[in-house]
Amino acid sequence: MSAGTTTQATGQGTAPAPAGRASHAPVQPGVPLLSVQDLTVGVRPSRDRTVSIVEGVSFDVEPGQRMGIVGESGSGKSLTLRAIAGLLPKPVEVLSGRVEYNGVDLLAMPAKKRRTLMGPEIAMIFQEPMTALNPVVRVGDQIAEGPRRHLGLSAKEAGELAVQMMARTGIPDPARRARAYPHELSGGLRQRIMIAMAVSCGPRLLLCDEPTTALDVTVQLQVLRLLEKLCDETGTSLVFVTHDLAVVNQTCSELAVMYAGHIVESGRVKDTFRQPRHPYTRGLLESAPDFDRPDRLLIPIPGFPPNVSDRPEGCPFAPRCGYVRPHCTEAMPPLAEVLPGRLAACFESDRLDDEVLA
Amino acid sequence: MLDRFRFVPIRLLQSIPVVIGVTIVVFFMVHLLPGNPALTILGQTATPERVAALNTQLGLDKPLWTQYFIFVGRLFHGDLGTSLTYQRPVFDLVAQAVPITLSLLAYALVLSLAISVPLAALAATAPGRVRDGLVRVFTLLGQGMPQFWVGIMLILLLSVKLGAFPVGGYGQTPAEHPYYLFLPALTLAIAMSPTTIRSLRASTINVLGADYVGTARSKGAAGVSLFRGHVLRNAAIPTVSIIGVNLGYLVGGSLVIEKVFAIPGLGSLMINAIFARDFPTIQAVALFVALFVIAVGILTDVVYTLIDPRVDLSSKERA
Amino acid sequence: MTTAAVATATRAMRRPARSRSLKAWYRNGTLVAGMVIVGLLVLAAVFAPLITHYDPIKQDLQNALLSPSADHWLGTDKYGRDVYTRLVYGARVDLRIGFLAVLIPFVVGSVAGALAGYFGGWGDTIVMRIVDVFFAFPFYVLVIVLVFVFGSGEKSIYLAIAAVSWVAYAKIMRGELLVAKKQDYVVAARLGGMSHGRILVRHIAPNVMSQALIYAMSDIVLDILAIVTLGYLGLGIAPPTAEWGSMILDGQEFITTFWLQATIPGLAVVVTSLGLSLLGDGLSDLLSPERRK
Repeated sequence: MSAGTTTQATGQGTAPAPAGRASHAPVQPGVPLLSVQDLTVGVRPSRDRTVSIVEGVSFDVEPGQRMGIVGESGSGKSLTLRAIAGLLPKPVEVLSGRVEYNGVDLLAMPAKKRRTLMGPEIAMIFQEPMTALNPVVRVGDQIAEGPRRHLGLSAKEAGELAVQMMARTGIPDPARRARAYPHELSGGLRQRIMIAMAVSCGPRLLLCDEPTTALDVTVQLQVLRLLEKLCDETGTSLVFVTHDLAVVNQTCSELAVMYAGHIVESGRVKDTFRQPRHPYTRGLLESAPDFDRPDRLLIPIPGFPPNVSDRPEGCPFAPRCGYVRPHCTEAMPPLAEVLPGRLAACFESDRLDDEVLA
Repeated sequence: MLDRFRFVPIRLLQSIPVVIGVTIVVFFMVHLLPGNPALTILGQTATPERVAALNTQLGLDKPLWTQYFIFVGRLFHGDLGTSLTYQRPVFDLVAQAVPITLSLLAYALVLSLAISVPLAALAATAPGRVRDGLVRVFTLLGQGMPQFWVGIMLILLLSVKLGAFPVGGYGQTPAEHPYYLFLPALTLAIAMSPTTIRSLRASTINVLGADYVGTARSKGAAGVSLFRGHVLRNAAIPTVSIIGVNLGYLVGGSLVIEKVFAIPGLGSLMINAIFARDFPTIQAVALFVALFVIAVGILTDVVYTLIDPRVDLSSKERA
Repeated sequence: MTTAAVATATRAMRRPARSRSLKAWYRNGTLVAGMVIVGLLVLAAVFAPLITHYDPIKQDLQNALLSPSADHWLGTDKYGRDVYTRLVYGARVDLRIGFLAVLIPFVVGSVAGALAGYFGGWGDTIVMRIVDVFFAFPFYVLVIVLVFVFGSGEKSIYLAIAAVSWVAYAKIMRGELLVAKKQDYVVAARLGGMSHGRILVRHIAPNVMSQALIYAMSDIVLDILAIVTLGYLGLGIAPPTAEWGSMILDGQEFITTFWLQATIPGLAVVVTSLGLSLLGDGLSDLLSPERRK
């Protein structure tokens, strides 16, 4: 508690404390920070049978880049993220593909070595701060856990760092709050704790699994601003999974849209939103409320996404697609460059060409 | 923080009716004896003078309720009567035996946790696999074995065959006690472990699927440090009350086990008193044991509140 | 308004569908294993005179303390009695008392708990205070004292076990009733003008009995262990009747030389308990699969 009074001053000081004293591996020039290649995630019901939930997903994240992965629930976006973090829930596993961090394949790495990256290199923020925080451990101790393990700090130093991190995430009276249990804090504060925990070791890649879904809209905005600020300050890359297009628009520079386990479109957020080249992306945009234009008509996408077990032949979106042609149900359209820097998996992509969304 | 322990004085007050009930049961034990209790206690061959003397000593010549109030009045002064066998205050006999039985129980509790926690962890981390099945076999056998027989088997294997432990007794010096008490404590621990393992296994499986365990993994925690830091304490929460209830059961078991290992605790005191028809002593042991169980109940809630910061037993009415 | 209420009542009075796949009981390995073990034990107990031709009680001091042989599969005890024979006859005593001892507390406790839970009020308070008092005494403490008070013998064992173990049933049934009486179909039956007695017997009992039944299975194990323990302490069934607990007591004397004497009857208890536990687990899978974790 005596440590609290000294660190509180630091916390309220203007200069943010340096996060993360971990010595990062040198950046490999010309290599993306994160490179997911042909990742397939699924289950193995028996030795010779597999059911894939995420299929052939590939994308790169450059240092400092912010990537949003958008999709409905069940699209495989969260599993993709968890596969990168090595946190797939049993019995789901990576069936094939590579997840390269800084040029090294995480999947080929021994589990022990991989764990040393979790925290100082890669960190994760979860959707539900209430359930993602251990209910019986003080939040300060939960934040301090990573720095103690990875930065070799003593309990006292780590505790002080935790209070500093809490101050940086805008938690008022951090020294006192560090001694609180999760249930004693509001949802917004809990998510700030999660963020403080994630950035405490100064990671270069932050994985966010719908971090604002459980929060009120006003708190959502504050938390997003905070994430952006922290990433800007430290040059941290972001992979941000959400079903909320507005959140991606605010936070991310790059976008990947997932449907039924596949990336169906990817590109820069601004361009893609203005001119989607996949019917599903277009449907998503038309069905999402827009606060700037409350009078706009919302057009829901008809039907439901297919079950994992009975995905249709060909393009999985075909049964719900307004642009569907007979050949769409015969083969899965490949993800191909349709515009500079834009990929779309649609045979009919050109027909969306001139339809620019205002 | 201290606010959450406001329930302790409340619980103490609430247990007053139970304690009164306990004294009634203990008191009427004597009066359940068919016919003249004094005669039954002394046996059919007793002389009328001795019966009359015992009647007076036990106050049996007065009306029942008067006798009860006299009994309770004495209790308040710590007077549990005089042992018919030893002609000594029962209080002294009990006071001598209590530390032995309590240390046996504490020892058993520690050993039982040392058995249960790793086994539950082994089972919970691979549900449905071979090691889970083996743990289940252990719990089924553990529940089905008569405790005294487990004691005899341990004596047979570890004392008679291997000569590693004494066959019985309590040891002469404090340094010898842990060595002499090991087998009896292990016997009780084996009896107590199955329910603890079952509860801990179920709650550990639950906790392992919790989001915060994923969070801990995302911080690089794994293996023992993950288990100790994030799983065990949460999984222990529902198990604490199970252990609390079990401890009461264990007290009963320890009475029999003391007999097997010839340990001069409450159990031997009571069993010998039964055969000697030493009723004041039987009453005193029963009373002490019941009060102990009530105290353990309150203590369980204290521990529960200590390990789970969310619990506030003061705020809600006891169901 | 009343018509509508009655209509709702009639509709809701149809008992909730219970998805109990009783047909598939034989696929439940635990249950089958338990049934086989317990079934074989009961058969052995019933047909004891057919599977052994020795007398369990008659002494034959000439042949005392024999090691296992073709004549005496498990040897003989210090009175020259065949251990195998006494084991089989012991099953008669221990199983019979174990099964019968459950009945009184099951009925008394369930009814008391059900009435307390259903009607609530001061009756509930009194029953629950009594339950609290009894729970303060460890099982063995009360059983041992009561058996002593009632005098040794089979009847005392029934009385003592009944006096101690009814409280568990009362607690279980009260809890079940507190939930059941708030169920729509019960409320509807009341609105429909059905009497309390009819509701308890027709609508609630079939739905709440399963928990008490499942507990009864584990209670039989507890009771058999108690009977054996009483026998071991010399407070149970008086010798020379063959009983597993007193057999262990007799055998303990010879632990250094004829260790089988104390070991074998204990193993019989373990097998019996194992069978009953498996039966109980299987039954609870069958009766309330949703409660299993």
